[in-house]
Amino acid sequence: MWSRFAPPSGMNRRHFMSHMAGAGALLGSSMSLGHSLRVHADTLKKNRKSCVMLWMGGGPSSMDIWDLKPGTDNGGPFKAISTSGDMQICEHMPLMAKQMHHMSIVRSMSTREADHNRGRYYMHTGYVPDANVDYPSYGAVMSHELMAQRSGLEIPPFVSVGGASEGPGFLGMAWAPFNVSSTGRIRNMEAKLEGERLAQRRFALETIENSFIAQKRGTVLEDHRKVLGKTFDLLTSAQMEAFNVEKEPDAEKEKYGKNGFGQGCLLARRLVEAGVPFVEVDLGGWDNHQRIFQTLENDRLPTLDKAMSALVGDLSQRGLLEDTAIVWMGEFARTPRINAEGGRDHWARAWSVVVGGAGIQGGKAVGATNEDGTQVVTEPYSSEDLMASVCHGLGISLETTFTSRNGRPMKIANSGKIIKDLFG
Amino acid sequence: MAGISQKLIIIFFAEVSRNVWPRNVWRRADFWRRADVSRAVLGVAYGLLLVFSVGFAYGDEPTVKSVVRKDAKRVTLPKQVEKIDLSMSANWSEFGIKPSPVEDDLKWCRRVFLDVVGRIPSFEEFSEFAKDKAADKRFSLVNRLINEDRYTEEYANNWSSVWTNVLIGRNGGMENRSLTNREGMQKYLRDCFARNKPYNDMVLELVTASGATKPGVEGFNGATNFLAMKVNEEDGTQATAAVSRIFLGLQVQCTQCHNHPFNQWKQQKFWEFNAFFRQTRALRKFVPGSVNRDVDHVELINEDFSGKGSNTEKAEIYYSLRNGLTKVAYPVFLDGTEIGKSGYVSQVNRRDELGKLMMESPFLDKAIVNRMWAHFLGYGFTKPIDDLGPHNPTTQPQLFDELAKDFRNTSYDLKQLIVWITMSQPYQVSSRITKDNSSDEPSLGDTPKFSHFYTRQMGAEQLYQSLSVATQANRKGSLEEQHRQREEWMKQFVIAFGTDEGDETTTFNGSIPQSLMLFNGDLIKEAISLETGSWLHGLAQAKSSPTDKIQHLFIAGLGRRPKPEEVSVAQQILVKRKNEVGGMLQDMWWAILNSNEFIFNH
Repeated sequence: MWSRFAPPSGMNRRHFMSHMAGAGALLGSSMSLGHSLRVHADTLKKNRKSCVMLWMGGGPSSMDIWDLKPGTDNGGPFKAISTSGDMQICEHMPLMAKQMHHMSIVRSMSTREADHNRGRYYMHTGYVPDANVDYPSYGAVMSHELMAQRSGLEIPPFVSVGGASEGPGFLGMAWAPFNVSSTGRIRNMEAKLEGERLAQRRFALETIENSFIAQKRGTVLEDHRKVLGKTFDLLTSAQMEAFNVEKEPDAEKEKYGKNGFGQGCLLARRLVEAGVPFVEVDLGGWDNHQRIFQTLENDRLPTLDKAMSALVGDLSQRGLLEDTAIVWMGEFARTPRINAEGGRDHWARAWSVVVGGAGIQGGKAVGATNEDGTQVVTEPYSSEDLMASVCHGLGISLETTFTSRNGRPMKIANSGKIIKDLFG
Repeated sequence: MAGISQKLIIIFFAEVSRNVWPRNVWRRADFWRRADVSRAVLGVAYGLLLVFSVGFAYGDEPTVKSVVRKDAKRVTLPKQVEKIDLSMSANWSEFGIKPSPVEDDLKWCRRVFLDVVGRIPSFEEFSEFAKDKAADKRFSLVNRLINEDRYTEEYANNWSSVWTNVLIGRNGGMENRSLTNREGMQKYLRDCFARNKPYNDMVLELVTASGATKPGVEGFNGATNFLAMKVNEEDGTQATAAVSRIFLGLQVQCTQCHNHPFNQWKQQKFWEFNAFFRQTRALRKFVPGSVNRDVDHVELINEDFSGKGSNTEKAEIYYSLRNGLTKVAYPVFLDGTEIGKSGYVSQVNRRDELGKLMMESPFLDKAIVNRMWAHFLGYGFTKPIDDLGPHNPTTQPQLFDELAKDFRNTSYDLKQLIVWITMSQPYQVSSRITKDNSSDEPSLGDTPKFSHFYTRQMGAEQLYQSLSVATQANRKGSLEEQHRQREEWMKQFVIAFGTDEGDETTTFNGSIPQSLMLFNGDLIKEAISLETGSWLHGLAQAKSSPTDKIQHLFIAGLGRRPKPEEVSVAQQILVKRKNEVGGMLQDMWWAILNSNEFIFNH
């Protein structure tokens, strides 16, 4: 009936894993401990993994971007162009076409959640909404796992730029997304108190806080204390400079596009460089029930193309792409059939996501849909499978398990299977 | 068999309670703690009584419960309070847990102020309650909060805020081109709650309203603001989903495109329900002389609807199945009741018909009881509270059904429902978790047993109002201006998801942005200001000792005296600040306002 889950007692093998280097090493469970002892701090830093998620709120029509069906009834007006990878994409993504050797398209996503809220939750967590258990999202899970690699990080490990992302679920508010706007400006950051004054207040606050926690009035109070601690860290941290995207030269800003999403992607690059393990950047406006082709051609695709290609290009050029996974997705895609108002409605049965970096092979189109885009004709993949594959790329063991209070184990990524074609 | 034994248990406890519970109802929880031994003895005695009482226990239930006060006057609590308590007791026994003891009076006082009028009590109100020695002081306080003139405005404001967020979201009417006028929505709701309009009348008005959205405009009807932003786009599918979800607890939005995978709702039902909204239009009225055609307000109207078949006599709508097939739909209520097919408003006003049908639906009663229960107790009988579909399990279904029926039978009087819930045992118990109920932890996926009060964070509105009271801030301007200021402040926490359905979330959720606001935000700066004329300045200047001043701070903010270690911290700060009392008070007040004990409702 109703099962009980306790906050996890930490992922079982986290400490062990953090001493291992490289994704390849993680595959062998027979690996000797001696090897891990030889790993130097430099290697650890070099192998410091990160993930950037580009979240397309509303459900982008992947059939008009990544899996075109020109010449069919459902195909729409867009043409396909060749890319630097082994696939074709939409003509309105010319800059990305030059970066596709870094990225792969999974064209055989097949899911069941075609409602925005349910789809957003499912794609972010690998679980369908469940009234009884609040599951942690990508950002919470991955930052939780990858934090062991960066003990000195003072910035919140899970940053959501220009959108809400999804919550930390049972991992607790200490793993909640840190929501910032794409300008990188953070409200209420200016503490104009001299250090001693702040210390006095902190002392008084912690006294009240601790005595209330001791009264055992619920686990939420413990979370509150953790969040306060992180807030104090952040107030005094020099690392917060990473948010200062305004400082970037104008040419850089121009390259990403001077709009919310463009500057958000630029901010994401800065945060990854500063060591933040998980950044989500949101681009909404894909819920195109009407006039979809005009909206895509004139507005959404140019914005996406510029920012995404700049991000992939920059990370690659700076040698960060091999340790940084990039995931492009929305909650679902849109109906192959074009509706009476020139739009497409919600469709989850056959669609595409784009991934790359962190050991994920680029330049491939994995899986396929049928001629009119309505069905997947190869092995279908789920949100769980995608999440498992990204974890794998980031060197997070799929054996990682959350333990509930009653001893029930819950595997990371809901026991999804690795999409093998992404790893050659 | 299980059902019968459950009934027997309930009857058993009914008898125990009716005859043996201590005179003072507010000590009931204590009784169960202390009475372990005597309960065994009672068990035998009542086992015998049970045999005789089974026949009449249900048929002969007293309508009210009598309590003898110290001053020998009889206080009567509604019978629903007992009904709730019996069901809870039975459930606790079944799961082998025991309720927490009754919450300390001042903590409870803070709780009920937050939930009923949306803010913490003032120093004076705490004192008033502390001084009251009557046995029924809790009952008196609830009655004061819902009935006395001095609270009418705050009561109405609180429930108006709650319902505005339910009906149009935190973002509705906040954007430039919005078709909804947030102020108009709030004005209507404030009026409803100030006059304690029966809940069913309010729903009927919200569903059938026509007129102008903006206050002061001719034909103003604030109730129109609920639907104004939900009828024009996408054939009114948003109106369809919102009306069924909010007022009937039925989630039909998935069936817009396909049959529901988990329950019996079919796509056909969605479009039949949708057909009720198709005569309705929101007409934009532009700002006179505006070049950009800025929307001044909206008029929500009913107009003749010809349907896709251009036949007004029999106005039909079409929808597409997944396989591309097109089907036809006419207005049919969720329970299968059909109305006339005509699209002429003069023949069939579809929303009026819908309103009538909704008034008969038992889901109307359940949806509101569930919403109110969750408002006060943190969780509803179902999770989420607005999904009463057959696929979703219900906790304590019999109690839920009975409360819903009783609510209908008391003419949908929300104030009575508030009394039932706030006087019941689950609302009296402490938020302290004991070893006998630590398994009752719904945040971890358990079904809620309500054996201890679930600690939860204040809402942003509650924080705003509480700070105003605690610091006696004289907010400037008219009532409307004050509301505008509050709405402006609220904006910072809203994040929209960018979908057509206007989905949104809040960052006032216990994460870092909220902490930053409480550390450094303007509202806090104002609250801890030492400027001449400010509350804290007044306190600093008062003739009392520093210790008295600290005590004043703790009572005003937390409803309790400071603990020795807290006084000690204050003294250390005072020394460091070279006896500057004002600065010390500022630091302590800042710490209190940032503490878990302040921001949580417990």
